Amino acid sequence: MDISVRRLCKEFDRYPALNGVSLEVGSGELIALLGPSGSGKTTLLRLIAGLEFPTSGSIYFGKEDASQKSVQERNVGFVFQHYALFRHMTVIDNISFGLRVRGRRNRPSDAAIRKRASDLLDLIQLPNVANRFPHQLSGGQRQRVALARALAIEPRVLLLDEPFGALDAKVRKELRRWLRELHERTGHTTIFVTHDQEEAMEMSDRVVVMSQGRIEQVGTPDEIYDRPASPFVFSFIGDSGELAVTIDRGEVFLDGRSLGPLAEGLPDGRARMFLRPHDLEITDDPAGAISGEVATVRRHAATRRIEIAVGEKRQRIEVAVPATRGFVPEGTQTFRPVRCRLFPAN
Amino acid sequence: MVSAVLPKLKEPSVIPGFGTTLGFTLFYLSAIVLIPLGALVLRAAGLGLSEFLTLAGDPRTLAALKLSFLASLAAASINAVFGLLVAWVLVRYDFFGRRLIDAIIDLPFALPTAVAGIALTSLYAPNGWIGGVLEPLGLKVAYTPIGVVVALTFVGLPFVVRTVEPVLRDLDREVEEASATLGAGRLATVTRVVLPALLPALLTGYALALARAIGEYGSVIFIAGNIPYVSEIAPLLIVIRLEEYNYAAATAVAAEMLAIAFLMLLAINLIQAYSRRRFGHAA
Repeated sequence: MDISVRRLCKEFDRYPALNGVSLEVGSGELIALLGPSGSGKTTLLRLIAGLEFPTSGSIYFGKEDASQKSVQERNVGFVFQHYALFRHMTVIDNISFGLRVRGRRNRPSDAAIRKRASDLLDLIQLPNVANRFPHQLSGGQRQRVALARALAIEPRVLLLDEPFGALDAKVRKELRRWLRELHERTGHTTIFVTHDQEEAMEMSDRVVVMSQGRIEQVGTPDEIYDRPASPFVFSFIGDSGELAVTIDRGEVFLDGRSLGPLAEGLPDGRARMFLRPHDLEITDDPAGAISGEVATVRRHAATRRIEIAVGEKRQRIEVAVPATRGFVPEGTQTFRPVRCRLFPAN
Repeated sequence: MVSAVLPKLKEPSVIPGFGTTLGFTLFYLSAIVLIPLGALVLRAAGLGLSEFLTLAGDPRTLAALKLSFLASLAAASINAVFGLLVAWVLVRYDFFGRRLIDAIIDLPFALPTAVAGIALTSLYAPNGWIGGVLEPLGLKVAYTPIGVVVALTFVGLPFVVRTVEPVLRDLDREVEEASATLGAGRLATVTRVVLPALLPALLTGYALALARAIGEYGSVIFIAGNIPYVSEIAPLLIVIRLEEYNYAAATAVAAEMLAIAFLMLLAINLIQAYSRRRFGHAA
């Protein structure tokens, strides 16, 4: 089922949580809504589910306008961060709940419900917990049961709100891989909310980066990381440093020294230069290089992170060098920007 | 043998003073609850079995006990339903005067029960505001068992509201939302998801309201009319026997009340323990 969100706005007590958001989700896609807290990502998910109603704008499920349909009519699978399992019911009763509450006409037979529930238990690889209660399960198991419960109703779309947020790092990693595999097998259109960029980049086909109730960028993980569309995306995704520079006829100046013609096509004036730690190389050639005083050196997995203070304003940026170099720089070093990204300052 | 048991108590604990607090608790419970009740049981035991059975089997006593327990059960049941409703409204809706109503709930706790009894009597008497309306319909409240139920309902209401309210407030809204996304309508969500979660608290409130109703005296005697075999409650009968210096009969009624009340509360507690174990409410 493809989903189309059109100019969606939502206000809570006149406070805008979502400002005219439009988004197209293709059938079978796995989409991450990524952003800091307060960016509107959960609001967008809840609007799609029908747990909230938009102030304006519309939501289409396929060709059908779902905007004014109730949550019960939308037939979505929703998974909550804190599982929201029914704790007075066994696992099997939790999973069959969605089928059992159906009207007599649409309700499958008892045998069919039991079959479906036990198939789902196999799918979530927990065939032996059918008669346990939720409080007897671990967090990761509970979240899998919550997912099975959502899948039981054969939802048109699967919506997950920070599904791994309450789990510890190791379980989170396992579940991520498992969910990705499950998605490949079942092919549900899936939208999940996260504030963890690693999770978004690792799991999704496309990432929607949100900030302050707007979509900043929609793209594949590669596009988001390599070609950030805005200063916000650049600084939010991955490690990055920022330098204040000026542009004059395509040439970039840092404290009056030229860094070369890096800014073709950009307007003259003040600009913000964004660099990732891997975008800088140590060099001996001072022409077009950034020089700075080494402030700290830290080990970071397979690299050494050197923090340097650049120019009169002592702007801090990080540089990554391979740890194998055994190189502990001191004093002033020069670095050549291999890649960078410039945005006009406003 | 002693040394085999003691170390368990001596085990170092994060919270100090286990021995002291346990000792105090036992002393306190004994002084306040166990010794008076023990004296009662002892006194009843001193009657001898045949005399006790004769006194306990007295038709007037049995009628009073039957009224006391049936009216208390009825009142607690009414409170369970409507107290839940009141708690629901207070927790789930925000409206003008909510805090005032919230404060009013506690009034039956604070009001001298005699005052409540007199007020209820004057309202429900045939010439009272409500009684005057009900009388032509053939419904007599004051001076009948219905009056007893009315008074007991009045004094028991806060127990149910105050036990259900915090649990309802802490109830995870996400669970209800989950139910809705799974296709359950509002009615199904309330009956299958919300009420089972409230059940332990509701049972506690029910037990408290029931216990209070069984022991209630002040408010009932005014509205009941106290007609033997019809609207005379057991606590009143005890007082009547005392006034007749018939201590043996008073003791017999009291012992019977104690036994029945204990069994009822024990049953409720067992149901609660069962549901708690089963549904993991202990956490």
